[in-house]
Amino acid sequence: MLELSNLAVNYGSITALHDVSLTVEKGTIVTLIGANGAGKSTTLRTVSGLLKIQRGSIRYEAEEISNLAPHRIVERGISQVPEGRMIFANLTVRENLLMGAYLRKDRNKLASDFDFVFEIFPRLKERSRQVAGTLSGGEQQMLAISRALMSKPRCLMLDEPSLGIAPILVKTIFQKIVEINRSLGITVLLVEQNANLALEVSHYGYVLETGRIILHDRSSALRANERVKSAYLGGR
Amino acid sequence: MDDKRFLGYPPLRMTSTEFLQQLINGLSLGAFYALIALGYTMVYGVLRFINFAHGDVFMIGAFCGYYLSPRLLPHFTGWMTPLGPISVLVLTMLICAVLGIAIEKIAYRPLRSRPKLTVLITAIGVSLFLEYGGQFVFGADPKSFPELMPDRALEGTGALTITTTQLAAFIVTISLLVALTFIVKRTRLGMAMRALSNNATAAALMGVNIDTVVSFTFGLGSALAGAGGILFALSYPSIDPLMGLLPGIKAFVAAVLGGIGNIPGAAVGGIVLGVVETFVGGSAFSTYRDAIAFALLIIILLFRPTGIFGRAQIEKV
Ligand SMILES: Nc1ncnc2c1ncn2[C@@H]1O[C@H](COP(=O)(O)OP(=O)(O)OP(=O)(O)O)[C@@H](O)[C@H]1O
Ligand SMILES: [Mg+2]
Repeated sequence: MLELSNLAVNYGSITALHDVSLTVEKGTIVTLIGANGAGKSTTLRTVSGLLKIQRGSIRYEAEEISNLAPHRIVERGISQVPEGRMIFANLTVRENLLMGAYLRKDRNKLASDFDFVFEIFPRLKERSRQVAGTLSGGEQQMLAISRALMSKPRCLMLDEPSLGIAPILVKTIFQKIVEINRSLGITVLLVEQNANLALEVSHYGYVLETGRIILHDRSSALRANERVKSAYLGGR
Repeated sequence: MDDKRFLGYPPLRMTSTEFLQQLINGLSLGAFYALIALGYTMVYGVLRFINFAHGDVFMIGAFCGYYLSPRLLPHFTGWMTPLGPISVLVLTMLICAVLGIAIEKIAYRPLRSRPKLTVLITAIGVSLFLEYGGQFVFGADPKSFPELMPDRALEGTGALTITTTQLAAFIVTISLLVALTFIVKRTRLGMAMRALSNNATAAALMGVNIDTVVSFTFGLGSALAGAGGILFALSYPSIDPLMGLLPGIKAFVAAVLGGIGNIPGAAVGGIVLGVVETFVGGSAFSTYRDAIAFALLIIILLFRPTGIFGRAQIEKV
């Protein structure tokens, strides 16, 4: 469904991705793990069209999408929950969700989609008129995920959804991600520092190290891999 | 807006009528500053830069009125007479909107990813281009702005003097402010504008075409500046290609007063500036009238560096 081949990306003179190739099969959850500064966010930002590609290509449903403008990417059904949530702090929860549905043509169906995301995250319903900047960190993450869902994506990319959130809520959010994948058939590309959890919920995993994929396998196999264990799973 | 008549005599103590009169004059001057300040603040909101050519779009608005009036007004007679000035206003706003969009496309867009200082200097260049281009095309000598409607004092206002022009300007300004509020608060593009000024990256990730929203913002702000040019020329009917300078700078001050990037703030900043300036103009310190705008700016920024409504918030782009 989504295929990155030999991707190279720079920030000015700094090369952030040297050679990244990965494939996300339709209907699966694929995770991309790696240490700080490995280039995980850069990978997602590049897919979303926020960064220019130096070398390599990105194909989505057999179509070349490299260097398209971000709104062209959203239009094709790829939506991202960015690192640090990036909710619109001055807009209300409802308006944030409407922004998620910005490109939707079937605007008469929005009401049922509101119900749908409120069903996943009931907390947001109570706060729909509240200014989003006043939500707690966890609520903001729920909003960021819901907002991305409002575009009716076929491929959802999440950048560290567990960042800065209490462990109990992290569990809930990961359950919801699995639920979104199973019941809606949305393909998920999940970037996580919390490798334990990410490899638990995903089907397939890639390990990124300083801009290169050094390892990839089925998630269950990666969890058993000695190298992954010592570097990313706390050595257990 | 005709507060010139008060420049002559500085009353030591004001009567309540005089006070009310000054307040009315100040409010109408302020409403006018607000119209222009909105353009500065909206553009700052989406692009984080000050469009120094904004005051010159206001000047072009006044000249649109100057050239359009004799061509449009005669077509509206009888009961249609009021439609004459309205058509001048609407057409001027459209022309200015197109001008604003063109300026952004030609001069600013190619530099969008460059340092802000580069764009700022370009804006000053555009401003000079419009001013001296204006002198070349329109002539440098002041022109007298035609009467768009009969200017007379309204009756039944007691000792207060309110002219038809003042009333019309006030109604137009309020309608424009209401329309703008509606656009920004309730329409899809207006919401995209707010989202973009909140977090540009996130807006792009939602599928917002940044270029479209930026064009829309320039169009909106420039249309308001064009309307401001007409309203200004109605009250101060001598227009010239450099007329945008001082009102432009003062409206910028108003935008900063209200907290740059904050839309209601720009409106309030404009009103505050207009009222203060008018009261100073009517006092013994009337010669310092223009200096007061800047004194006010310095004082407020000393105590509230982000303006009256500004949030102390560092935007990560
Ligand atoms: N805007 C930028 N300008 C210059 N260098 C950048 C920029 N953003 C990221 N980098 C560099 O690119 C590399 C990859 O960064 P990236 O944000 O993709 O890492 P990451 O894997 O997401 O890390 P983390 O887990 O900390 O979020 C890092 O070395 C970082 O310093
Ligand atoms: Mg990251």
